[in-house]
Amino acid sequence: MFIAIFNAIDSGLIYAIMALGVYLSFRVLDFPDLTVDGSFVTGAAVAAIAIIHDVPTVIATLLAIVAGFLAGCITGILNTKGKINPLLSGILMMTALYSINLRIMGQSNIPLLNQPTVFTQLRGTWGDLGIDQAINNMLISTFGLERTPSTWSILFVMIIITAIIKLCTDFYLKTEVGLALRATGDNEKMIRSFSANTDTLTIIGLGISNALVALAGGLFAQYGGFADLNMGIGMIVIGLASVIIGESLFGTKSIMRTTFAVIVGAVIYRMVVAMALRSTFLDTGDMKLITSVLVITALVVPKLISTHKEVKRKRKKRLELQTRLKGEA
Amino acid sequence: MLEVKDISLTFNEATPDEKKALQGINLRLETGDFVTVIGSNGAGKSTMMNVISGALFPDVGDVQINDKKVTMLPEFKRSNYIGRVFQDPMAGTAPAMTIEENLAIAYARNKKRTLRPGVNKKRRELFKSYLASLNLGLEDRLTAKVGLLSGGERQALSLLMATFTEPDILLLDEHTAALDPSRAELITNLTRDVVEKTHLTTLMVTHNMQQALDLGNRLIMMDKGQIILDVSGDEKSNLTIEKLLHEFQRIRGTQMENDRAILG
Repeated sequence: MFIAIFNAIDSGLIYAIMALGVYLSFRVLDFPDLTVDGSFVTGAAVAAIAIIHDVPTVIATLLAIVAGFLAGCITGILNTKGKINPLLSGILMMTALYSINLRIMGQSNIPLLNQPTVFTQLRGTWGDLGIDQAINNMLISTFGLERTPSTWSILFVMIIITAIIKLCTDFYLKTEVGLALRATGDNEKMIRSFSANTDTLTIIGLGISNALVALAGGLFAQYGGFADLNMGIGMIVIGLASVIIGESLFGTKSIMRTTFAVIVGAVIYRMVVAMALRSTFLDTGDMKLITSVLVITALVVPKLISTHKEVKRKRKKRLELQTRLKGEA
Repeated sequence: MLEVKDISLTFNEATPDEKKALQGINLRLETGDFVTVIGSNGAGKSTMMNVISGALFPDVGDVQINDKKVTMLPEFKRSNYIGRVFQDPMAGTAPAMTIEENLAIAYARNKKRTLRPGVNKKRRELFKSYLASLNLGLEDRLTAKVGLLSGGERQALSLLMATFTEPDILLLDEHTAALDPSRAELITNLTRDVVEKTHLTTLMVTHNMQQALDLGNRLIMMDKGQIILDVSGDEKSNLTIEKLLHEFQRIRGTQMENDRAILG
């Protein structure tokens, strides 16, 4: 049980980076970008093929980011210069990427089991520090756990990477360029009248969004030990699920709060899926169903709760007024 | 200084829906001129504004700002010189962003946008002092989202955002038409104050004849894509609504569309 949750947090933090990318396109730019299903795999493919060709793992991961950025930019160009509707631009790019990803990989699956990754390399130096034993011993003595995680290094690294990306996103969205980017999604007519090139902003915004998605893909390939042509299917829904779950739990009062909500939303999503899959009547094939039910719940329940609260408040007010009127009479 | 030279624009050319929106418009605004534009629906007022702002390109003719030809410059580049307030109070501001963020966007209108924070301590003080001049108490609500403001407050903010960077040209496109009378008066007064204070070269389209007479130093009347009347100075200050309607009848030989919007 503990191991399952632990792994869910590890992978949840990787998904969180993708979810931040989805947040940038869906929420900030108000652009329903379906490129994500393709660019996630592009990131994984580029990182995997680079690692196999003995490129240092950090550089391989950076290459994944660049590839994702380019893919996003092309979607942006299709939409702004080609005047193709946003949904269709994303679908076209996603479809094209399927073939491009196959070209990059040369085969539909690249195993990375005996290759170095950012995680295994870190684990080497991490292991010498003896932190794993210390934490695990403490867990065993205080909670009496029988099985403990083999390493805490992945969690540690992922927390740092995710935190850095979150802080950079927060900062960027508050800069002069970032404000113009947000206004592009909020009121395009207005920002054009304040001399901002909305085409360029849309292209760059989608580039950054898909760069994050590809980074998540590159990290996920190294975490899972493989890149697969079909690993991106349904990613956009997972990203949306994270955004929506996070927003409905933590609200969207400020940028900082929303990006935090999106990250926690991704982790919660992975935890719920992990728990659901442990039950006896659901298996891995049901994952998409679980995701959809989760998103629907996150969309509907908060509305039901607020309507219910409103009805209750009005009823109370009405009763108060009635009793007061009776008292006066 | 704004100069519109011999502008013509036809919509849906060579189809049964062909409409000659502008037919040889010539107009020159000296620096500091405040010109009000009236005319019935379909007279070409908004089309002329859109040609000046770059939202539409003319078939023939040129637009010059400060002796620089900007006819084919895209809208976002031209807004370096132009501040604009739209009829719809929702159109000039970004609702999901805060008041100070909206002002920061407007502040960057004629500058290059960088990766420095859009709002800093110094700018916040500046924004506060500008907001205080509106007398709406917005200076205490810097971090409130603009979507929470009322239509009148949003239009006042739009006007401030369009003017505080002192653009070369200010375009007001029926910017009080969607407000209730008291809010419209507030915005009219703010407009008068800000143009008087900063001597902005202003072109204001209005449906309200009284407003067109009260504001500005020059008035033009448009009909069927042409400028049919151009009065300024003393002649303008002596004008009344009756004289205007009479003038229209004299020039066009027909009575002006008698809808209430025109009489205002």
